[in-house]
Amino acid sequence: MLTLTCPCCGVTAEETELTYGHEAHLKRFGPGSTDAEFEDYLFNRKNPKGVHFERWRHSYGCGKWFLAARSTVTLEVYGTYSAQTTEPPAELIAKIKEKCPGWEGWQ
Amino acid sequence: MPEAVSALKGVSHTGFATVAEAGLTGMIQIRADLASPRLAAVLAERGLAVPEQRKVVTGGGRRLAWMSPDELLLFCSYDEAPVLAGDLTAEMGGEHALIVNVSDMRAVFTITGAKRDEVLMKLCPVDFATLPEMELRRTRAAQTGVALWRSGPEEITLICFRSVAGYMMGLLETASRKGGEIF
Ligand SMILES: [Zn+2]
Repeated sequence: MLTLTCPCCGVTAEETELTYGHEAHLKRFGPGSTDAEFEDYLFNRKNPKGVHFERWRHSYGCGKWFLAARSTVTLEVYGTYSAQTTEPPAELIAKIKEKCPGWEGWQ
Repeated sequence: MPEAVSALKGVSHTGFATVAEAGLTGMIQIRADLASPRLAAVLAERGLAVPEQRKVVTGGGRRLAWMSPDELLLFCSYDEAPVLAGDLTAEMGGEHALIVNVSDMRAVFTITGAKRDEVLMKLCPVDFATLPEMELRRTRAAQTGVALWRSGPEEITLICFRSVAGYMMGLLETASRKGGEIF
C-alpha cells in the first residue's frame, strides 16, 4: 500500500484515495512530428526497475493532479510535487541521487 | 412551486452512535482564485475570511470550508442560498469566479455520540486520532466520495452526493449498530 502526501491539499493519503495516472513528464509530439516520435509518445514508456516519476490524482480528496517519485522495486516514495512543472525539483533529484548512487537520471 | 425535501427527509438511526440525515442545508460552491482581494472583501462583508488550507471557519451564522486550492463551500440556510449565490456573484464584479447554489446536489449527515469516530473509522482511510477540530477532510466512505469535519462536541458532519445518500445511510446505519464498537 502506497501512502502519498498530496502537495495540493497537504493530506497524507493512502492509495485507495488516489488514482494512478501513469508516467510523468511526457513530452507531447503531435502535428508536425515524425512517425517515430509520435509512436514513441503514444506507446513507449520507460517502465524502469527502480526510480519512477508518475502522475497521481487525489481523486477522493481535493481532486487535483500531482506528481510523485517512487521506487518500483521497494515502493519507497522519494517525494511528491506540483504537476505544474516540466521537470522534477532539483532538491528531489539530489535526494534520489544520494539514495540511489547508480541511478541513471530522470530523462 | 413543489416543496423542497432533503434526500432522506431527516431519517436517523441510533446504535452505539446516532447517525442522521441533517435535512435541507444551503450550500454554495465558490470556485475562484482564493488569493483574490475581491473575494476576501466579499466574504469579509459577511463576517467570513478565506479559510486556511482544509479549514472550516464560521461567521454570521454561516460556515465556510476549504475544499481545494481553488474551491470553497459555503454552508448557509437553505432558503437564503439562491439569493446569496446571486449576491456573491454580483459582488465579485465580473472578476473570474463561479458561484453556484448547490444545495440540492449533496446530502448532509451528522454522526453524534462519544463513539462517533468509530463509525467512520470503519468506512474511511483517515486517521481520526489526529484529525483536528474544524478541519475539512475530503476522503471516501467505502465506495463513495465524502467530506467530513468535527462540527461540534461529539459531532461529525459529513457530506456526499445526493444520488448516493441512500447508500451512505446504509453504510452509517450498519457501521453504527450496537455490538459493532471498535474499542
Ligand atoms: Zn489533495
